[in-house]
Amino acid sequence: MQFMLLFSRQGKLRLQKWYVPLSDKERKKISRDLVQTILARKPKMCSFLEWRDLKIVYKRYASLYFCCAVEDQDNELITLEIIHRYVELLDKYFGSVCELDIIFNFEKAYFILDEFLLGGEAQETSKKNVLKAIEQADLLQEAIEQADLLQEVRLLTDP
Amino acid sequence: MPAPIRLRELIRTIRTARTQAEEREMIQKECAAIRSSFREEDNTYRCRNVAKLLYMHMLGYPAHFGQLECLKLIASQKFTDKRIGYLGAMLLLDERQDVHLLMTNCIKNDLNHSTQYVQGLALCTLGCMGSSEMCRDLAGEVEKLLKTSNSYLRKKAALCAVHVIRKVPELMEMFLPATKNLLSEKNHGVLHTSVVLLTEMCERSPDMLLHFRKLVPQLVRILKNLIMSGYSPEHDVSGISDPFLQVRILRLLRILGRSDDDSSEAMNDILAQVATNTETSKNVGNAILYETVLTIMDIKSESGLRVLAINILGRFLLNNDKNIRYVALTSLLKTVQTDHNAVQRHRSTIVDCLKDLDVSIKRRAMELSFALVNGNNIRGMMKELLYFLDSCDPEFKADCASGVFLAAEKYAPSKRWHIDTIMRVLTTAGSYVRDDSVPNLIQLITNSVEMHAYTVQRLYKALLDDISQQPLVQVSSWCIGEYGDLLVSGQCEEEEPIQDEVLDVLEGLLVSNLSTPVTRGYSLTAIMKLSTRFSSINRIKKVVSIYGSSIDVELQQRAVEYNALFKKYDHMRFNLHVLYDLVSLLFQANDLLDLLGGNDVVPVIQTTLPTKPASAGGELLDLLGDLSLSGRTTVNGLKIEFTFERANPNPNIAVITIHATNTTEADMTEFVFQAAVPKVITLGMSLSHRAPATPVAGRAQCALTKVARYSVSSGTLVRLASGLDVRCVKKQCGWLGCVSEDA
Repeated sequence: MQFMLLFSRQGKLRLQKWYVPLSDKERKKISRDLVQTILARKPKMCSFLEWRDLKIVYKRYASLYFCCAVEDQDNELITLEIIHRYVELLDKYFGSVCELDIIFNFEKAYFILDEFLLGGEAQETSKKNVLKAIEQADLLQEAIEQADLLQEVRLLTDP
Repeated sequence: MPAPIRLRELIRTIRTARTQAEEREMIQKECAAIRSSFREEDNTYRCRNVAKLLYMHMLGYPAHFGQLECLKLIASQKFTDKRIGYLGAMLLLDERQDVHLLMTNCIKNDLNHSTQYVQGLALCTLGCMGSSEMCRDLAGEVEKLLKTSNSYLRKKAALCAVHVIRKVPELMEMFLPATKNLLSEKNHGVLHTSVVLLTEMCERSPDMLLHFRKLVPQLVRILKNLIMSGYSPEHDVSGISDPFLQVRILRLLRILGRSDDDSSEAMNDILAQVATNTETSKNVGNAILYETVLTIMDIKSESGLRVLAINILGRFLLNNDKNIRYVALTSLLKTVQTDHNAVQRHRSTIVDCLKDLDVSIKRRAMELSFALVNGNNIRGMMKELLYFLDSCDPEFKADCASGVFLAAEKYAPSKRWHIDTIMRVLTTAGSYVRDDSVPNLIQLITNSVEMHAYTVQRLYKALLDDISQQPLVQVSSWCIGEYGDLLVSGQCEEEEPIQDEVLDVLEGLLVSNLSTPVTRGYSLTAIMKLSTRFSSINRIKKVVSIYGSSIDVELQQRAVEYNALFKKYDHMRFNLHVLYDLVSLLFQANDLLDLLGGNDVVPVIQTTLPTKPASAGGELLDLLGDLSLSGRTTVNGLKIEFTFERANPNPNIAVITIHATNTTEADMTEFVFQAAVPKVITLGMSLSHRAPATPVAGRAQCALTKVARYSVSSGTLVRLASGLDVRCVKKQCGWLGCVSEDA
């Protein structure tokens, strides 16, 4: 996979994960053009298209478009399954995920993606394991934050 | 100083903005606050600030001033900081800026961190955006982690290694030892990423490929277990166990089995098993079948298996799911060359896909349809394809038209059918036809001698209906100029036009602003040619002289030269008629020499006029047959025969043999044979008689052999003898006659 974009029906980018080195300007241009191309497609059209020299696989879930650019030798149908797996992970994590969850917790969406894919390939095929890893990492974060809080309180209360 | 606002708070605030300007104002205010916070080197809130910056960056605002802050976060000891720091690095840093190298040391430390989640962050970042320099520095650490027993880290290290290899292929060797027991893992995550790593190595290095071929039995076993094992809740997707792993294994098998009989045989059974047992009701099953089909077609599988694969694709074509139909057409396109007959069986389904609403499906169906056309199905297929041409989007028309022409040329069941098909294309998609089709079509029409009357009549009628499609107009003009006599002579089935009507049409083309300059050139030349076929010479003279002062330089030049013909060499004009016919010969020479595409110009051979008094007018050439590559002309008793053939062994050389025979009783004197060619043609001549003064005795023959290498160029001129020379004008088959002195 070269990159994954999540965007709304109004064309607002909600997540962008790039696995190839491109400058900010290039990324912006690609995002803009590709988003427009996909939004222009009719609902009954197939999920695959050739765009520039890339294969694009996309699927709409409610108000969000999930769009991946894959290489020539990649299997488009399994990419659809990858997208679906990511949606399931988000759904399990946020509990019936909706676009607002992704907007307000975008950094979590990235963390989940980074536990599922690495360098554009799936690193873990078990839903359970991905969610477990995220849970543990979140707990670790929480523990640290609590420790910080405790530290602050101690500083305030210590003579 | 109050604490900077929280991330969620900021998001909420920004979303209340009602206009772009309002949003921009909020963002600018917050950015200013963040900037000053960064300047104060505030450790506590750096994480929060960078997170906010990342949000604003996603909205499209500049955030480069946060790059260094990300690095500071990465260097922090707190997990929370590192999480955001690495995320920021992946979003804001770019390997083309040197700043990113500052990360290297932090990543190195974190790869050896005591907490696996920190190590995970480092591996993920390196594997996502590591530059070549970073990869070189850190490859050793990655290799170490590839050998760890911690499966959480091992799977990440494997994918990180893939990235390292992509960036620095020379480092591949270093990961070889670590791959030793990768496939004995039970953990699916490690298995999956290991297969990806092995795939990458095998694709890049033939040595690695050879080395890893021995893994085929193991891979087959793993795949078998996945299929045969019962329900495994952890990896199940719609009743299939770990489809992601299955697909990757199939892909690796494809690479290992390619061009190797033993490996291909070892995987034969499992492929058949997957192909027959996989559940096809959901996308996930079809994804596995798709990969299986690709593998079967690529390795050295036995024919039964190949037929099975094509049949799976055939079933895919009937699937309701568009995506499945799409991949089926793509795959069939790849296999149509090698398994042509098997794909033919699904021809009618493929043709039905031409009517699909989806553009990508239509395009593939069109390409595949053309690939399937053969002598047996040409009539039926062409009907469908012409119907498609009529109704398809403009983006398809050029390719479809070209395809139709090619197919018609190869498999036309009859000349009439061929001409009709071309007519149909020109009239329905005439403006989309490629430029080089015009000369090709003219050549085709020329070669179909018995169809000339029919063709010119149909083309003339088409012109009456519509003069906007330039390729059609050009071909029609040429034909009318060439066969105008047939058009008005009553050889056609329907009511024939009279000369003046035809000239009206051609003149109409000259003045219409729908006509391009090229088209005007064609029509002027056609009018000129009709001066030898029609009787309304004065009218033609008038038209030609008007265009002698045309603004269009090409047109003007032609008109002037045609004018000259009328004025100075009127008596020769008829002989031009003969010469025009000779051009047809040379079109046939084109066939021989495989001048493809850009058929600009055809060299023209002229005939000689011996010094014996000429009788009025020339005689019509007798053009032999359709495809005989020879011709003869007899002008005033001098019979000249030409034959063309390809020289052995060099096919770029054409050998033209000219036999000149004096058929009269008297001697012919001053028979001169000359040949001049432009620079692009090299000419070698050998003559048995050369001396100009030598008379060609009555009834004597002289044989000349001329060798010429033809190339596509303009203005090619070959003069066989002094006298008239006819020059072909660039990129067109129309030409003008201009006369040179007698030698």
